[in-house]
Amino acid sequence: MDDRPARAPIIELRGIRRLYGAGEAEVRALDGVDLAIRQGEFVAIMGASGSGKSTAMNIIGCLDSPTSGTYRFEGRDVSGLTRDQRALIRRHCLGFVFQGFNLLPRTTALENVELPLIYKGMGRAERAARAAGALAKVGLRGREHHDPSELSGGQQQRVAIARALASDPAVILADEPTGNLDTRRSHEIMDLLARLNREDGITIVMVTHEEDMAAYAGRLVTFIDGRVASDRAMPAREAAT
Amino acid sequence: MIGETIRLAIQAILRNALRSFLTVLGVVIGVAAVIAMVTIGKGSSDQVTASVASLGTNVLILRPGRAMMGPGLRDDAPAFRLADAEALGGLSVVKAAAPVASSTLTAVYGNANSTTLVTGSDMAYLDVLNWPVVRGRGFTQPEERSGAAVCLIGESVRQKLFGNTDPTGETIRLKSVSCEVVGLLQVKGASTFGQDQDDTVIAPVRMLQRRISGNSDVSSIRLALAPGVTTDRGIREIEALMRERRRIAIGEEDDFSVTDMAEITSMLTGINNVLAGLLSSVAAVSLLVGGIGIMNIMLVSVTERTREIGIRLAVGAQARQVLMQFLIEAVVLSLIGGLIGIVTGLSLAWVAARFMAIPFAPSPAVILLAFVFSAAVGVVFGYFPARAAARLDPIEALRHQ
Repeated sequence: MDDRPARAPIIELRGIRRLYGAGEAEVRALDGVDLAIRQGEFVAIMGASGSGKSTAMNIIGCLDSPTSGTYRFEGRDVSGLTRDQRALIRRHCLGFVFQGFNLLPRTTALENVELPLIYKGMGRAERAARAAGALAKVGLRGREHHDPSELSGGQQQRVAIARALASDPAVILADEPTGNLDTRRSHEIMDLLARLNREDGITIVMVTHEEDMAAYAGRLVTFIDGRVASDRAMPAREAAT
Repeated sequence: MIGETIRLAIQAILRNALRSFLTVLGVVIGVAAVIAMVTIGKGSSDQVTASVASLGTNVLILRPGRAMMGPGLRDDAPAFRLADAEALGGLSVVKAAAPVASSTLTAVYGNANSTTLVTGSDMAYLDVLNWPVVRGRGFTQPEERSGAAVCLIGESVRQKLFGNTDPTGETIRLKSVSCEVVGLLQVKGASTFGQDQDDTVIAPVRMLQRRISGNSDVSSIRLALAPGVTTDRGIREIEALMRERRRIAIGEEDDFSVTDMAEITSMLTGINNVLAGLLSSVAAVSLLVGGIGIMNIMLVSVTERTREIGIRLAVGAQARQVLMQFLIEAVVLSLIGGLIGIVTGLSLAWVAARFMAIPFAPSPAVILLAFVFSAAVGVVFGYFPARAAARLDPIEALRHQ
């Protein structure tokens, strides 16, 4: 199946620690995490609450910086970047999908998807075209001018995925993307993510609680107490119907 | 990007239209008050300036009695005589001296009548007041000397008695005297004190004394000083002459007074300006309060929209861009308030100008200043909330409920 050449890791964490508080109250959210993810992988991250998986996602997503250790993104050390420098990495290379969808209320689907493109400085017409394309890709053609409140949960999550896709990211970070959806919608969303990974080669890192959803990934990383407890390849899933 | 941010700001403002309106109400009231005050103030000082010009330069009024008193409050000092005016006219510092005797009478023409102030004087009076005859002619010297039954009328009297027709050559009745209208005076407008100066009839002083009031009193004398004579020196010489003529012993007080009209009007202008300044500073305080209102609502807005800020940060907005978004929103908000305030203030001033019969004098500089000032209110009071928004941590902001 892997007929692409061997690739360097796009995400590489080395000895990452993330501490909160100090002295007696010190909490080690991450305590020496090593993790390498290559381009085109679909990685599921599991772990109990407080295992550090969300902290790890925040660091991978450049929303947070590690207390110590090295984070290389596309080979470049980004662990010491400033807030605004990290914003630029998010803008140009990352897409986010959240459990709660996090769409702007009273703003149409199209405008929601255009949001990251505004910050990319893209012109109005190009932005609208790109956003419409992304919505079509997630199966929401014809819903461009609906408000989030007029869409079902599954549709809202599709809008969020379209928003993540619009800026053409190398990596999509999905934090429990099916957490607020029923089983049927959950599988639809997972099929969509798997398809984007398979057809467009987008690297996907996903945090989930559910084994069923993790099964869509090619690799499962489990966190316990701020460390990577297990890291294994998943058996190839039967082609989704 | 800026255009995009402004569009976004307007969207956010319209989304909460009622709240936005209430938020900017303080700025609206502040700006409207400043604009109205300044515009009305400027209108009334323009009018004072105009009436100073209509008084002519170096014009003095000589009245019997001590201080300047209102009508009906004079003490028992004797009136002047025509000879007093003639003697004053002979002084080198005086260019013209006009005796004035007046009486309020009903002027009748056909079926029309009008109660008006009839002033008895001579052509020097019109000279002192810079008041030309626009139709017909003035009095001739023989008419003045003999007290002929002729008169000049003001525009308001003409309107009441003759409408728009030519009054010259017609005869009007004043008390029992039939009097020929020989000329029409130029429109002069309201005086500094709001009287209609065109509601008047002027007749030769001797005619008024003999045939209407039946005495030889002159109630006041209007004086114009010769060019180059200072008001102080003019008043000194006039007082010296009058003390001599009225036989006032050394050490006794004058039983007459000389009033410098220009001085009074400039004092009025001063009062005007002080009042406008005071009211404007009260208005400025309301602008400050308006600004605080904007800050308050922007802080609420930042809290309400924490999650939105988190989303924007997540998709790659930098702190500066979030700061600009909220700052521009505050500025747009207060500019809208400023614009509404400017329009409201000008409307108020226009209505007030109508009622107070003063010119409507909007000042472009003040309007521009109000505009800039309301933008500044937005920047100053929007900065703190905008900075609070820009400093939010994206992870915390996304978690915010």
